[in-house]
Amino acid sequence: MKLAYWMYAGPAHIGTLRIASSFKNVHAIMHAPLGDDYFNVMRSMLERERDFTPVTASVVDRNVLARGSQEKVVDNITRKDKEETPDLIVLTPTCTSSILQEDLQNFVERAQLEAKGDVMLADVNHYRVNELQAADRTLHQIVQFYIEKARKKGELPAGKTEKPSVNIIGISTLGFHNQHDCTELKRLMADLGIEVNAVIPEGASVHELKNLPRAWFNLVPYRELGVMAARYLEAEFGMPYIDITPMGVVETARCIRKIQQVVNDQGADVDYEEFINEQTLHVSQAAWFSRSIDCQNLTGKKAVVFGDNTHAAAITKILAREMGIHVVWAGTYCKYDADWFREQVSEYCDEVIITDDHGQIGDAIARVEPAAIFGTQMERHVGKRLDIPCGVIAAPIHIQNFPIGYKPFMGYEGTNQIADLVYNSFTLGMEDHLLEIFGGHDTKEVITKGISAESDLNWTKDGLAELNKIPGFVRGKVKRNTEKFARERGIKDITVEVLYAAKEAVGA
Amino acid sequence: MTLAQPEALNFECETGNYHTFCPISCVAWLYQKIEDSFFLVIGTKTCGYFLQNAMGVMIFAEPRYAMAELEEGDISAQLNDYEELKRLCLQIKRDRNPSVIVWIGTCTTEIIKMDLEGLAPKLESEIGIPIVVARANGLDYAFTQGEDTVLAAMATRCPDKTPVVEADKNERNAIQKLLNFGKKKEEVAQEESEYVDHPPLVLFGSLPDPVVTQLTLELKKQGIKVSGWLPAKRFTELPVIEEGYYVAGVNPFLSRTATTLMRRRKCKLIGAPFPIGPDGTRAWIEKICSVFGITPKGLEEREAQIWEGLEEYVKLIRGKSVFFMGDNLLEVSLARFLVRCGMTVHEIGIPYMDKRYQAAELALLEKSCKEMGVPMPKIVEKPDNYNQVQRIYESQPDLVITGMAHANPLEARGINTKWSVEFTFAQIHGFTNARDILELVTRPLRRNNSLKDLGWDKLVKEEAKI
Repeated sequence: MKLAYWMYAGPAHIGTLRIASSFKNVHAIMHAPLGDDYFNVMRSMLERERDFTPVTASVVDRNVLARGSQEKVVDNITRKDKEETPDLIVLTPTCTSSILQEDLQNFVERAQLEAKGDVMLADVNHYRVNELQAADRTLHQIVQFYIEKARKKGELPAGKTEKPSVNIIGISTLGFHNQHDCTELKRLMADLGIEVNAVIPEGASVHELKNLPRAWFNLVPYRELGVMAARYLEAEFGMPYIDITPMGVVETARCIRKIQQVVNDQGADVDYEEFINEQTLHVSQAAWFSRSIDCQNLTGKKAVVFGDNTHAAAITKILAREMGIHVVWAGTYCKYDADWFREQVSEYCDEVIITDDHGQIGDAIARVEPAAIFGTQMERHVGKRLDIPCGVIAAPIHIQNFPIGYKPFMGYEGTNQIADLVYNSFTLGMEDHLLEIFGGHDTKEVITKGISAESDLNWTKDGLAELNKIPGFVRGKVKRNTEKFARERGIKDITVEVLYAAKEAVGA
Repeated sequence: MTLAQPEALNFECETGNYHTFCPISCVAWLYQKIEDSFFLVIGTKTCGYFLQNAMGVMIFAEPRYAMAELEEGDISAQLNDYEELKRLCLQIKRDRNPSVIVWIGTCTTEIIKMDLEGLAPKLESEIGIPIVVARANGLDYAFTQGEDTVLAAMATRCPDKTPVVEADKNERNAIQKLLNFGKKKEEVAQEESEYVDHPPLVLFGSLPDPVVTQLTLELKKQGIKVSGWLPAKRFTELPVIEEGYYVAGVNPFLSRTATTLMRRRKCKLIGAPFPIGPDGTRAWIEKICSVFGITPKGLEEREAQIWEGLEEYVKLIRGKSVFFMGDNLLEVSLARFLVRCGMTVHEIGIPYMDKRYQAAELALLEKSCKEMGVPMPKIVEKPDNYNQVQRIYESQPDLVITGMAHANPLEARGINTKWSVEFTFAQIHGFTNARDILELVTRPLRRNNSLKDLGWDKLVKEEAKI
């Protein structure tokens, strides 16, 4: 047992559901007790999704515990198959089904006999993998399923597309700024003259998966999601994949040079150097920003970085290499992939921290007292407590991290966004600091001429005690309205009864 | 409306495929209510993930709750449950020093049959902190029923004799102390005479402190003294419950607590409608008065006066229709209040319907429908959300009260929604807070009134359904 109340990566089934609900017309059925469908709330709230989340539960209750699921799971699958006619139904195990050890594969096979769509069991074990690993596996599993299906039917298209083309693998629902990154990557590919053969899983139909081999190469922008599928396609079809995250000026250039090499190896003749040069010097503002005196002021300032592998590694490199900021430590909660992270960042920071214990991270922040933090929502709150500004760079995230405006982290526009994020975090910190030195915004006492400034009314002890229970941010309003109410009625002493009478009468 | 009216309420039961919160969410409000408690949820990452996300910003406020996250070794019994729990509880004792640790059993502890009730007394005597066990799991319960399981467990911990020591007595009667704030002893004695002589009354249900004060004062006006409240602000202030005491519930989801108080503590339950809405509050007080043989004073005027104050809201919803998808068991009381406001109720979805505990509330609902001349709603226990959405498309209600999973998709299809969970966290009890209920109910209507000329009702692309 472990004492905890915060976790960075969610349980395995969340990963599977993220993949299933990213595809078009794929439905997930969770084998879970009542209340475990909280995923739907998250998707509906965070993504502000207009459509019903295609996830339902086959509820595990007392009866199931006593007698097994029996027909229930099969019925739920075939029912959903009729109601929504999805292309694929993914039966999703949860922590509960992991212990019940029912033969879910058998249910899937039985349901498949009746269902028109495809039915599959997500191969994830709650106690062995987390959300990110499960998402990676499920995507691999679905890709493999449809490649093999097409192969059996002889429907695998032969040959490559005429022009160089790419599959972008790993864009998913509830991913940090995934939608914007996807748009930016498509734009980048268009600028490079590369056709986008497919984007998976977000918005893709499972019927398109058989066309994946037609692309010249695969691009996996996120370390956590898509590598398994890319490796599978490499093994099956010899498709090269690029797993350099185009985040930051240097890494974006590195990614583009790799693309150049990969397509030239297959007979294209492209030279992207001019494009990289033009973008770096004149389109993206980040290179110029690094040179400007704003950024000069950041030189040697201390920062710490924490997040998932992709974002923490990329931001660490940007801070250290492109802005001259001193990254005291960089950390990741992707413990299962720690070696990759160490290799990526060790030369750019003093210390590498690998943990999924938020307490340890909080202590590490307090210990080094950085001028800014780049982390998840949890680090943002640590920053609040310690009065250190924080830029959010990775999940877990809140609704404000799903902005409506265009805010990619990748590509050349991404470099601009990141420069803003970094600079704003630091200046805010500076401003705060200066204010403190000079004693606040305004050293003169504010003279209020509010309606209750000179009160002729007497608050009795119980009235006052009750008033003080009201949350601070509305207390003033309640006080004013209550006094107005009392004055109008000629009440001199404001007791708890008067307070509530005012609320009833005027909604004070 | 003169539609064909069914004679009585119509009860149905569907598949139970509906969305609701896991009952472990009760720790969110109970740890705040019981100030010296610590809630330990013994479950998996799934439970933790739910709490972390459902509680939003509360999670960052060093909450007095934590997960005892079970690992593979716990599931396969390679680790000793007792030793593991002891280690964690000692850590909690060291860091927080609570007056009680509440263990919340989850689906996983049920399935692996971890004997929490058996382990607790042993560990309790070893570490010297009371341990209360509540099995608030998704296999058996929905959302607010979590509080019910905790309070039922707490009910057995209430002292059964009035302590003799004077100082201690003051401790226990926290509400009394609050009302007597700053008064001398003689004044208190004089105040005692303001009460009618009646057997002790203990109320049960967790409410924010201001609402506790309001309801207590409301009963005081009738000369009824509230001897205690389950739960109190602190675990050490749990009320005395002796055999023969009267008890009354303030929330519709407390049937296990009621049963425990009746069967194990030999209390007499006052079955009344719940004090939600001015009609409910009046009926609640009247019922308590009638049990004690008191003639209520000024209630009718008081109710009328509240309704008068609500008119600006009521006129927005009068004649409109509402559909409850059902997830928190407040549905019957809210529906009854909205019928009284002049709304028609299509359907009352509800996770679980205790017809005995809610009898008086159901009777009042029936009466309200008759008096307002609207059809009796259908009460659907264990609803099926998919079927409900089809029924919503058909009947096009003016308002759907539903969980967050369905709210945005329904709004995008031009259907007004109100998020049901807000009713659980807002102050909705008593005369004073009736306005708050209507503030919530009318918010989508008011918002859409201000947007109505923009022509942005339906924001989904209609696709041909195969």
